[in-house]
Amino acid sequence: MTRVEHATRSSRIGLALIAVGLIALMLAPYWSDRATLRLLAEMSTYVTLASLWNLLAGYAGLVSVGQQAYVGLGGYLLFWLAIILGVHPIAAVPIAGVVSALLSVPVATLMFRLRGAYFAIGTWVMAEVFRLIASQLSTLGGGSGISLPAAIVIAMAPSRQARDFEIYWLALGITVITLVAIVALLRSRHGLALTAIRDNEVAAQSNGVDVRMVKFLVYVLTAFGTAMTGAVIFLMKLRISPDTAFSVNDWTAFVIFITVIGGIGRIEGPIIGTVIFFALRETLADLGSLYLLMMGAVAIVIMLWAPKGLWGLTAERLGWQALPLRRYLVTHSVPTRGAP
Amino acid sequence: MPEPLLEVRALDAFYGDFQALFGVSLQIEQGQVVAVIGANGAGKSTLLKCIAGMMPARRGDVVFDRSSIITKAAFDVVAGGIALVPEGRRLFPSLTVEENLLIGSQSRRPGPWSLARVYELFPILAERRHLPAPALSGGQQQMCAIARALMSNPRLLLCDEISLGLAPIVVRDIYERLPALVAEGVSLIVVEQDIAQALKAAHHVYCLQEGRIALQGQAHELTREVISAAYFGL
Amino acid sequence: MIHWLNVILQGILVGGLYAMFAAGLSLIFGVMRLVNIAHGDLIVLAAYVALVVTNSLGIDPLTSLFLVVPIMAAIGYVLQRGLLNFTLGDDLLPPLLVTFGVSIIIQNGLLELFTADSRKLQAGQIEIETVQMLQGLWVGYLPLIQFFVAIAVIAGLQILFYRTALGRAFRATSDDQPVAQLMGIDTRHVFAMAMALSLAVVAIAGVFLAVRANFDPAIGPARLIFGFEAVIMGGLGSLWGTLAGGIILGVAQAIGAELDPGWQVLAGHVVFLAILAVRPQGLFPKVSG
Repeated sequence: MTRVEHATRSSRIGLALIAVGLIALMLAPYWSDRATLRLLAEMSTYVTLASLWNLLAGYAGLVSVGQQAYVGLGGYLLFWLAIILGVHPIAAVPIAGVVSALLSVPVATLMFRLRGAYFAIGTWVMAEVFRLIASQLSTLGGGSGISLPAAIVIAMAPSRQARDFEIYWLALGITVITLVAIVALLRSRHGLALTAIRDNEVAAQSNGVDVRMVKFLVYVLTAFGTAMTGAVIFLMKLRISPDTAFSVNDWTAFVIFITVIGGIGRIEGPIIGTVIFFALRETLADLGSLYLLMMGAVAIVIMLWAPKGLWGLTAERLGWQALPLRRYLVTHSVPTRGAP
Repeated sequence: MPEPLLEVRALDAFYGDFQALFGVSLQIEQGQVVAVIGANGAGKSTLLKCIAGMMPARRGDVVFDRSSIITKAAFDVVAGGIALVPEGRRLFPSLTVEENLLIGSQSRRPGPWSLARVYELFPILAERRHLPAPALSGGQQQMCAIARALMSNPRLLLCDEISLGLAPIVVRDIYERLPALVAEGVSLIVVEQDIAQALKAAHHVYCLQEGRIALQGQAHELTREVISAAYFGL
Repeated sequence: MIHWLNVILQGILVGGLYAMFAAGLSLIFGVMRLVNIAHGDLIVLAAYVALVVTNSLGIDPLTSLFLVVPIMAAIGYVLQRGLLNFTLGDDLLPPLLVTFGVSIIIQNGLLELFTADSRKLQAGQIEIETVQMLQGLWVGYLPLIQFFVAIAVIAGLQILFYRTALGRAFRATSDDQPVAQLMGIDTRHVFAMAMALSLAVVAIAGVFLAVRANFDPAIGPARLIFGFEAVIMGGLGSLWGTLAGGIILGVAQAIGAELDPGWQVLAGHVVFLAILAVRPQGLFPKVSG
């Protein structure tokens, strides 16, 4: 009899390490200082953004250079809900996500008329449209943006420390939920379809996979997660403006860099990539545009010589996986005696 | 003993992990017509593609005019004097008939084949020279593909299943023009599923079966039974 | 009435510039199915090259074209042969991400070399001279020249594609790359020539851009987007369609700007999205994407 197994020895070790790491991270507010906590929260948001971009590009084959549309949309929706409609900021985060997901449906319908690299540029155009509309909204500060009023900030929690803790756990929570959701998706039947699409779209289609529907769902879900993360990001910043909300550099270039360095099409990639990115940033930030230039060069080199990213390179060589995602066919053969 | 024009020595070829050719050896002399026959999937097209430089071979050698060409890229092979008429014709759909022919002369080798000469051999192409290639019938497209390959003034022409999808009378028509090529000094390797036609046209025959040479010999010496046995691996 | 005619005319004329942005993009996609994300930044690079050439040699921008065009063409050849040829293949990600990386490198390289200061090329008297078309309808000499140059460029590209051996090689390679190689075409060289040609057009566009308006290292992406919108609206694979697309974009932006200055670029995007919704293959499509 045969059955499908997912785990290997390395994935069991990986899971154990992750569990330990997760507990440490959950307790971070108690062992780290304010600056470190903010850094961890920021890293957390990037892991989410990169994981979602990875799902979209690495698995569904939809390379978007316009996800900043949803980061900004989530941020603006949060500010609008909190300031104009008086919704509690924390509650506004998931609402921003849902509204963005709904808005992503007509966007997807339009964007799916484009293919390949033209799809990519099309998503960029959409982000620009959002940015331009945002700069026309005078109620939310127009071109110069708006700050979150003190009253609303205090409504989240009375002390600054409590607010920091809340936002940190919110960011971490979203990251964990996103990763769990992605793993669950990939282990499901739909995940198998996604991997098939990733490997060979035409073959997948001819095997009955409804490619269009799967891609559509992935796009909408990614918009949902990206928007929620955007909401949290601007909740942390306490201020939003069209240029920061829809910045290609911050929300696309860095995210792509992270995913490429870590490894496209592998779950562990964005996590590794984020760690490396932030390590580089902390050490090289003084260099300004030179830093970005190097980043671009590194991304090119990796794309040409190690297209599976650093995790992909090591994991394939060593057969590791941190998360149990492979599907192994395990057969238990029944011994026969005296075959004719 | 004259040196063969082309010699294939113990060629191994793979598609990924799948081995398509196992130690295939073949040779053709100047002025000869060699036929390579075999069932679908036997490796006939693969053999031609390796010679033409369209795909890499993993082991063995291909020696043309006394120098090894196995590592050469396709455009270098053409410049050296080997032209391939690809399976399925594969004319350029965006180009007219005449433009397809002109592309054939890209490698600018000297020789007797020019537009005028080619139109002489295939008058129907002259009539249709300004039509887009897809507007031609199957037989006319095949002629155009052969003419296109001739425009590079090859010493060796590789023909991959030129009878495919064509009516017998059309196939006969095309094969009737092949002797004119040989007369102008072009040697031919003809890959065919139409065994009768192949045997009529060729001096020498090789039969491929699942990637291996199962039979070789002079065309007029081989009997039906011997060929069938080799063809089907019986 | 005349006022609106003027607005539309200005839109048509700038449409020629957009068509030039687009022509280079369209050419590359046609020959090798590559979309160059760094295209806009290369236009800006051309503008800076022109800046250096005009400043160090003391010549005017239009004369500088004689140097800028070959320089950019050479850059294109090397870029394709040395880098982008290695990204071509079935996978969509490498060329996209590598050209994205090139875009970032160019932007930040220019920032390091030239700072973020706004620059402009001075063409002298010709910038302010005008010509009267109708009663009350004046048009600048420079926009008019630029429009006719755009038409000449597109006509030139058409001739090259359909009446020369190189153009034949472009079309054959685009049709069937392996068989093109069988015909003796070195596709590595053909791709590099296509990129060189694309950047030659980019050079012309860059110089005209630099004379017409202020430029700085960051304006590349917007030019890419305008070029892209012109290509999609006009229809993939058709150079004259690209001209039409550029004109539509120019007119849409001009009308939008007239209604409200803040709506200029947005109006172009809206028209683009509308055409995408209603006629996604563009107005004069020739190939499927």
